[in-house]
Formats: sequence, structure tokens, C-alpha cells
Amino acid sequence: MEIGLNHYLVLSTILFTIGLAGVMRRKNLLLLFFSTEILLNSVNIAFAAISHYYGDLTGQMFAFFVIAIAASEVAVGLGLLIVWFKRHGNIDLETMSSMRG
Amino acid sequence: MEKYLYIALFAPLVSSLFAALFTATPKKQFVGIIASLFIFTAFVSSSILLTHILNGGEVVHVEMMTWMATGDLYIPFGFVVDQVSVTMMMVVTLVSTIVHIYSIGYMDHDAGFNRFFSWLSAFVFSMMVLVMSDNFAGLFIGWEGVGLCSWGLIGFWFHKEIATWAANEAFIMNRVADLGMLIGIFLVYWNTGSLQYDIAFAAMPALETSTLTWIGIFLFIGAMGKSAQFPLHTWLADAMEGPTPVSALIHAATMVTAGVYLVIRSHELYDLIPNVGLSIASLGAFVAMFAASMALVNRDMKRIIAYSTLSQLGYMFVAAGLGAYWVALFHLMAHAFFKALLFLGAGNVMHAMHDELDPFKMGGLKKPMKWTFIMMTLASVALAGIYPFAGFFSKDLILEVAFVEHHYIIYTVLLLTAGLTAFYSFRLIALIFHGEERYKLFGIDPHEAYKYMLVGMSPLLLLAIIAGSFKISYFEMVTNLLPEIEYHIHHPITFWIMTIGTQLFVIAAIIFAYKKYANSNVKVPDGTSAMENSIGYKILKNQYYIPYAYEEYIVKPYRELSSLFWQQIDMKVVDATVDGIAGVIYSTGERTRDMQSGNLSTMLKWMVAGTVGLLSLAVVFGLAVRHSDEIFAILSGLGA
Repeated sequence: MEIGLNHYLVLSTILFTIGLAGVMRRKNLLLLFFSTEILLNSVNIAFAAISHYYGDLTGQMFAFFVIAIAASEVAVGLGLLIVWFKRHGNIDLETMSSMRG
Repeated sequence: MEKYLYIALFAPLVSSLFAALFTATPKKQFVGIIASLFIFTAFVSSSILLTHILNGGEVVHVEMMTWMATGDLYIPFGFVVDQVSVTMMMVVTLVSTIVHIYSIGYMDHDAGFNRFFSWLSAFVFSMMVLVMSDNFAGLFIGWEGVGLCSWGLIGFWFHKEIATWAANEAFIMNRVADLGMLIGIFLVYWNTGSLQYDIAFAAMPALETSTLTWIGIFLFIGAMGKSAQFPLHTWLADAMEGPTPVSALIHAATMVTAGVYLVIRSHELYDLIPNVGLSIASLGAFVAMFAASMALVNRDMKRIIAYSTLSQLGYMFVAAGLGAYWVALFHLMAHAFFKALLFLGAGNVMHAMHDELDPFKMGGLKKPMKWTFIMMTLASVALAGIYPFAGFFSKDLILEVAFVEHHYIIYTVLLLTAGLTAFYSFRLIALIFHGEERYKLFGIDPHEAYKYMLVGMSPLLLLAIIAGSFKISYFEMVTNLLPEIEYHIHHPITFWIMTIGTQLFVIAAIIFAYKKYANSNVKVPDGTSAMENSIGYKILKNQYYIPYAYEEYIVKPYRELSSLFWQQIDMKVVDATVDGIAGVIYSTGERTRDMQSGNLSTMLKWMVAGTVGLLSLAVVFGLAVRHSDEIFAILSGLGA
């Protein structure tokens, strides 16, 4: 069986769902970052697959942008996470409500 | 010459702004002095302009800047000094200079001294804009400006409720009339395409008579408000609650004559519609008689003079309505001098009597107040129109105009009014200055006003005496602009009979007044005498029950209506709607605040829910758009 566009899109959807569930369920900030990465990469897969399908490089370029943005986001996020851990000794989301609206 | 025009126009504004700087500080003598100097500067500039015009100089016409220019509408801030406006400028600046100087003394002990000068100078500025503007829009600005300043000055003692009431009454009544004026101005623009006097009046002969009639009527409604003609006259007498210098300047010499000025300025219009002119003249004659009759029995010194002003305004409208514009302007000028003098004299008496206004409580004041006595007597003589004082030349001329134009009813009314005028003027003089010294009963020790106040008043006295001698040069000047019609009674015998007859009639009225009120039998009326209980007296005393009728049939129903609208419509519909909307938003916020728990995990869940919601909507709408034809088909099938 040849692997076609639909397979990639199904994979992307599955990954997106896993990521979304992770974002909603996880209470650990680090795992939240993981989930976010899964979300972003599921989109990247879709971008790359569709780009290949249409023979248009724009989608793949966009995927690179997403990777770059995701990397910088994680860099900043992890930095903040470490500071938070040093101060509070945990990275539990439940405790992060000092700015409750 | 433009330089002098600008100085005359803006010196009062500078004066007002200068005085306004000190409104929050205690009384400062120099504010009054500097304000007077500024106004005097304006007077000097006006005099230079007058000499320029008198010597046959060009009309000074400037366009300072563009005010409004959109599409075909072009209204500049344009000012013109021609024969008519320069006359008005002279009257305004001269009287206001004197009133400013007088006020330094009159307002001496008043806490609002600085504020008073600010308002007074602002008034002079507005009046200058009114008379100098070269278009209807500028005239209207000045018109509203004087209305505003009049409001501020009538209600100057705002801690007195009656003063604020009178101020509001004057303001509201003028607004009613101003609506008429505004419609008139709109009609002018609509039909002639311009508000510039020269262009608009030049285009008028080509218009239909009915259009012109409407324009004339609406403009005159504006004039009726400002000049307090029946039925909008009640505010003028109530306006006497303001300080007396204000009454002298605004409610005798300048602002109330703005209506007459408007008619004179629009003479090219009113010449085309003689029927409207005749109605104006008839109304004027009626008001002259009507106001004079109310002055006969009034017991308030200032109100008597106010009614007399009203009556004289009626005379001016008779002249203007009959096409004798230059006569109207001449009487306006002469009247400004002697009536301002009369008011300022009344102010001296008021001060001496500690704000007592009832002349029955005075009497015999000629001894302590010799100069005021002389000035007021001469002013009254001028008002009564005795030869050779100013009133003789201007007022008798109006009688002659009515006679020559064959309006004998108007003539008779005016002649009778002249008698009434003489009677009530000298009733006042006799009650204040002659007879027993009744003021002693009330324990008052009258004193003469400050010397500089009297000196300040003297130019008015001089003018009240000699203004008649300007008639020839004045006539030659203004007839460059106004229709040159001389009113001569052709038959010399008729002329002499009329003149001497009028004089004798007036003198008889004066003697009668003296006989009745200058003797020692005059008592302070206590409401028991037969005269006071007669119906005629009561009607006159209550001003023909007109203020009562206004109160009963206009003010009260209006108040009822307003309170009905307030409680039923405003509170129950408008406010309820607004409150309802606010309530919904409040309760939504109250119910949804749990979403903002501050817990990141919960908020992420909400975010996902929102995204899903929006996505589903996008899909639904996308499908709906794609299948819109089918949906419409189904829906129309349902309708059928």
C-alpha cells in the first residue's frame, strides 16, 4: 500500500488530538510544553504533506518558521519555568494562580 | 481706517478678557479703570471713523478672515463701517464708556466688581459685532452674544432668586424670538444664495412678494424679541432686577434697540413689502400706548423707566415701519442719551435710598441730591419732547411722519402717548424729588452720588440737551445709505398748529403730573384709596394680567407636560431601557466570572472550547453559504 496525503493528514489529526488532550488534562507545566510541541508539530506535518502534494514550497517554508518560533518559545518558556521552580519548588499548574482574574 | 475699525471692535474684547482674569479675586479698583480706558479707546476709534464718514470718506469694509466656506456657502468675518453702523457704534461706545465709568462708583461695594466689568465689556464687544457685521451670520452671532451677556448681567446678583428668574425669562423669551430670526436668515440664504447684506438685498427685488413677506415677518419676529415688542415684552420690565448701569446700557440704550437696527439695516427688504412695514408701525404704535399706560400706575422707579423705554421703542418701530428709517435711527440715538441718563440718575437715587424703588417712599430728594435732580429732570424733559431738547426733534418727527404718511390713527395714538409719556415721567420726578420728605418715615439719610459719577454722566446730559442740533448733518450723512425722504408738513399753518399743539398738550400733562404728585398731600398708598380699587387701575397695575396669563396658560401647562414626560416617558421608557441593557451586562458578568478562576488549566479548557465553538460556526456558515440556494428554496416552500 502506498502512503498518500490522507495518511499524513490522519497522522496529523491524531497528533493534534493527543496534543489538545494533553493541553487540557496535564497539570505539569513541563508536560504542557510537550503537548504544545506536539500540537505545533502535528500542524507542521500537515503543512509539509500538503506542500508536497501541491508541489508548492510555501508550506514547507512555513513549517520552518513554525519550528523556529516553537524553539524560541520553548527557550523563553523553559527559562521562566526554571525561575518558577527555583522560587516555588514545583511546576504544578494549580499553584500558578497568583494573578487570578 | 481699517486700523481704527479693528481697535473699535476688539478693545472691548480685550477689556473683557482682562477683567475676566480677576474674576476670582476680590475687588480691584484698577480693573474698572482699565476696562473703562479700553472702552474709551473704542469710543475714540469710533469717533475717528465717524469723522471719516462725515467728511464723505469711503465706507470702510474689511474681511478679516473666512469663517465658513463649504460648497456654495461662503461666510466671512466681515465688518463694515458705513453711515448707519457708525451711528450705532458711536451710541454704543459713548454710552458704554459712561456706564463703565459710572459703574466704578455704582458697584463700589459689590463683591462681584471685577466680574461685572468682564460681563459689561463682553456685552460691548457683542454689540459691536452686531452693528458692524456685514452679513446676517455675523449679526446673529452678535445678537446671541448680547443675549448671553444680558442674561449674565440681569442675573448678576444670582443669589437673589428673582434675579435669576428674570435672567432666565429674558433669555428664554429671546430664544423664542431668535428661532423666528433664524428662520428668516435661512430664508434669506435659501432665496438669495448669500448672507452678505449687499448681495442679499440686491437679489431681493427679483423675488416673489410672498417670499419677501415671509422673510420680513420672520426677521421682525427676531426684532420683536430683542426689542421687547408685544407679546414678548414681559422680560424687559423683569430685567430691571439687574444692576442699574446694566439697565442703562443694555435695556435702554443699546441691546433693546438692536431690533430697530435690524429693521433699519434691512430697509431695502422692508421697502419692498410696505404691508409688513405698516403692521410693524401699527404694532409699534400699539406698544407705545400699551407700555405707557402700564407706566402710569407702576410703583417701581426702574420699571416705570423700563416701560418708557418700551414705549419709545414702539415709536422707533412706527418710524421704521413707515419707511422713515433715518427718523427711527435718529430717535434711537437721542433716546439712548436721555434714557441712559434717566437710568443712571435712578441708580443714584437707588443708592441714596438704600435700594428702595418705590417713588412714593421718597419725595423731596431735590435738596440732598441737587445734581441728580437736575439731570433727571432734564432727561425727562428731553423724553417728553419739549423744545429745544433732543426728544423734541426726534419724537415730534415721528409724529410728523405718521401725519405726512396719512396714518391718522397711528398719529393720534402717538400723540396721546406723548401726553402719557410726559405725565408718567413727571409723576416720577415729582414723587422722587418734590413734595414732602417721606423718606424720613423710613429712617433713610440720602446722600448724593460720587462726584466722578456725576461728571461721568454729564456728557449724556449735554447730548440729551443738544442732540437735536445734529439733525441736519446727521440727515446728510445717513441718507447716503437710507432712503432720503424729508417729512415736511406742507402747509405752514398746519405745521405750527401741530407743533405748538403737541407742545401745549405735553406741557399740560407735565403740569397735571406736578399738580397731582408734587404737593404735600401725597401719602404712601396703602391700597385703600378709591383709585387703587378701580378696575382700570388694577388692570394696569397687573400689567394687563399678561404675566399672569403667561404663567397660568403657558408656563404651568408646560411644566405639567414636562413632568409628565419626565415621569412617564423618560423614567419609564428611556431610562428603563438603558438600565435594562446595563443590567443584562452586569448579570452576564456576574454569572461568567467563575470562568476567570485564574487556574491555567481551566482557562486552557475554556480556550479549547471557544476554539471548537468558533470552528464549528465557521463550518456551519461555510456550508450555509455553499448551499444557500437550496436553503432559500426550502424556506420559500415553507412560506407557501
